[in-house]
Amino acid sequence: MSMPDEHTVRAEVRAWLAEHWHPEQDLVEWRGILADSGWGMPHWPRAWYGRGLPVAMSAVVDEEFDAIEAVGVARIGIRLLAGATLLEHGSEAHKRRFLRPILTGEDTWCQLFSEPGSGSDLAGATTRAERDGDDWRINGQKVWTTSAHHAEWGLLLARTDWDAPKHQGLSCFVIDMRQPGVEVQPLKQMNGYASFNQVFFTDAVVPAENRLGEIGDGWKIAMTTLAHERRGADALRRWGQAPARAGRIYDQLRAEIASVLEPYKWYPQRAGRVDLALPRARETGRIADPAVRQELARLLMLSSAAEWLARRARAAHELGRPQGPEGSLGKLAGSEVARQAARVHTLVSDAEALLAGRDGPHDGTIAEILLSVPATSIAGGTDEIQRNIIAERVLDLPREPRLDGGPFRDVPRNPERGR
Amino acid sequence: MRFSFSDEQEQFRAVVRRFLDDHAPPSAARACMASALGHDEAVWARLADDLGASGIHLDEAHGGQGFGQAELGIIMEEMGRALLCAPYFGSAVLAAGMLRHGATVAEQAELLPPLASGARRAALAWVEDAGRWDAAGITLAAGRDGAAWRLDGRKRFVVDGLCADDLLVLARVDGALALFLVAGDARGLARRALEVIDPTRRLAEVDFTATPARRLGADVDVDAGFARLFDEALVALAGETIGGARRLHAEAVEYARLRMQFGRPIGSFQAIKHQLADRLLDIELAAAAVNHAAAALDENDPAVSAFAAQAKAMASEAGMAMAACAIQVHGGIGFTWDHDTHLWYKRAKSSEVLLGTPAWHRERYLAALEANA
Ligand SMILES: Cc1cc2nc3c(=O)[nH]c(=O)nc-3n(C[C@H](O)[C@H](O)[C@H](O)COP(=O)(O)OP(=O)(O)OC[C@H]3O[C@@H](n4cnc5c(N)ncnc54)[C@H](O)[C@@H]3O)c2cc1C
Repeated sequence: MSMPDEHTVRAEVRAWLAEHWHPEQDLVEWRGILADSGWGMPHWPRAWYGRGLPVAMSAVVDEEFDAIEAVGVARIGIRLLAGATLLEHGSEAHKRRFLRPILTGEDTWCQLFSEPGSGSDLAGATTRAERDGDDWRINGQKVWTTSAHHAEWGLLLARTDWDAPKHQGLSCFVIDMRQPGVEVQPLKQMNGYASFNQVFFTDAVVPAENRLGEIGDGWKIAMTTLAHERRGADALRRWGQAPARAGRIYDQLRAEIASVLEPYKWYPQRAGRVDLALPRARETGRIADPAVRQELARLLMLSSAAEWLARRARAAHELGRPQGPEGSLGKLAGSEVARQAARVHTLVSDAEALLAGRDGPHDGTIAEILLSVPATSIAGGTDEIQRNIIAERVLDLPREPRLDGGPFRDVPRNPERGR
Repeated sequence: MRFSFSDEQEQFRAVVRRFLDDHAPPSAARACMASALGHDEAVWARLADDLGASGIHLDEAHGGQGFGQAELGIIMEEMGRALLCAPYFGSAVLAAGMLRHGATVAEQAELLPPLASGARRAALAWVEDAGRWDAAGITLAAGRDGAAWRLDGRKRFVVDGLCADDLLVLARVDGALALFLVAGDARGLARRALEVIDPTRRLAEVDFTATPARRLGADVDVDAGFARLFDEALVALAGETIGGARRLHAEAVEYARLRMQFGRPIGSFQAIKHQLADRLLDIELAAAAVNHAAAALDENDPAVSAFAAQAKAMASEAGMAMAACAIQVHGGIGFTWDHDTHLWYKRAKSSEVLLGTPAWHRERYLAALEANA
């Protein structure tokens, strides 16, 4: 199959937009038309709301959308991780039922993986799923669950077999978050937002058809989700911004951003807002200080090189070459960039770095960066876990000696916490 | 291609690597270090005959192969990996590059072919006592003897300056940079080997006393030519550094897999694993910057000076951090003369400083970004 070139793709998407796009239509209806056309997720397969184009072409399509400020499908947040996971592991019925409302933005999703006793060590999950006739009954607790307070659906990792070894006793489910057995409590973060939650399950119900993959496939499926999360780490920099324009669809988009996208409002800040560094160094005059210049140069070098490394990974992927080390390095590079950015923003802001909110530099954005960056090296797999992965999978260094083999019920673990 | 190499380029890399594995093992580097000349003439000749290395980036009309900075980068990276001792950087990169950008078409046709074939070697003398690497450090003013030119003064840090048949010298005429050719046996020319931290790369000090010189590139903008050459040299040297760092990384990983302490391989300790993961990240980020800068040179990107400074700063730091890590991972044996790691450590240190420290290049980078914005 020959791939269409950039010129053809551009012309096609432009023509399609000219025919279908106008800002006075309903947001969900528009996204439905867009999803069905395949232009919403051009790199997804043709059978499922895509056009089977290389990932690089998605950027071309994005440019055409941006040029006329056309609204895209709902791509921000956990729901897209769920979409990618369903695309890979879901049955025909799952895809038919769940994918389209993800893209139209009707459904919000959350990722129910981490627990109080198992974060880095996700395979240690103790939330239990037990058979009850044709259904599954869920009991236990999840934590740090982003968007759970808005979510219609959750991607749940739960233990189905306590006698199997740790990684083999897990299964994956799609759980309806709007049911009596599911209780969501927001957790306030150090930056003041409350985008994650704790989630308690008390005899919550999952019908048999909402199990993903086979019983015991949970670990494999969760790894797919995490791989997308880690690879997409840089995509978190884009947080929805509605064009300041009149039109019914823009009003609806603004409402969406203020509600279900609110948890991601600070995500650009957590990545460090490299874009603000040079302009602010100029505005404040701090660019004249040699110490500032050194750190600023370091930051800009690091972040551009990280971008090129990511592009190298994509280029290799698209040429069908085996994945090089660059594929695993992106998330760690992102943490490095975020930390360096926080250092630079502090240097540039100087005494003003003491201040937040309306008194703070850049309307409080700098304070928000300084208080959000620590999340980058934790969420989606900590830096230490990324280093372990690089060392063991890329460099093939010997694994850690492990103390968690054998039946899971005998594995040493954290005491279970009551409420 | 700014982000990956083509299949042809990878094949070329494999050919260069095989040649250097055969002809430039670490034992050869040790022999060269101990020799007066500093390199092996037989290997130098085969480098030209078998690989056409010296002319890889030169025009076919001048006996070169007509490739670009990307292919030169591959050669440099492989030479860094092998720790080849040869006047390649001094002659093929610095001197030949200066002729390309600072001499007239006729002079290039006359002077480049013997450099491309490796039959002659030249060195570029521009840095002075102040140890400043850019044009601002060039103060030596050329003197006139009627229609002829002569030089009086001193140049230092001349890479591969002792074994060169000819010297190219940057000096000033009416305030502007001018390029001169001085024969190796010219009267009033005194060359002395500097004692160096890295014996695999030779540096010379050159004194001129009423030394006759031939002016080149009389109608060429030598300031611009030198600026371009300097960017090329930065990217080439950064590539060499990446090659050395990648080798040290692979060797440290290998050692960490084998060396046992406390009943387990040291590579199973996170303190070792995490260092090696971090160094891999530094190296790959720097390599991305080097490839990007090489492509920018080949495409005549106007922002190339910023990219070249970035490549040099990042590669220098990644190379030096890797060299220190390699010794640390090896423990006591890494500090011994008989173990090879210190050879690359010394090269990493000399490459960190040669053509300017990372801090200096960060400053140049930011200044270039500001100027472009
Ligand atoms: C902003 C944010 C959003 C999040 N959103 C979600 C979400 O939507 N869904 C979800 O399921 N989870 C989410 N998480 C949870 C996140 O994935 C976990 O916090 C993370 O994986 C770490 O787990 P933990 O908090 O239990 O820390 P622990 O695993 O207890 O780690 C504590 C420390 O020990 C280190 N450590 C642990 N194991 C090792 C090891 N083997 N080697 C070396 N060091 C080790 C860690 O690196 C860390 O420094 C979110 C977290 C944050 C901060």
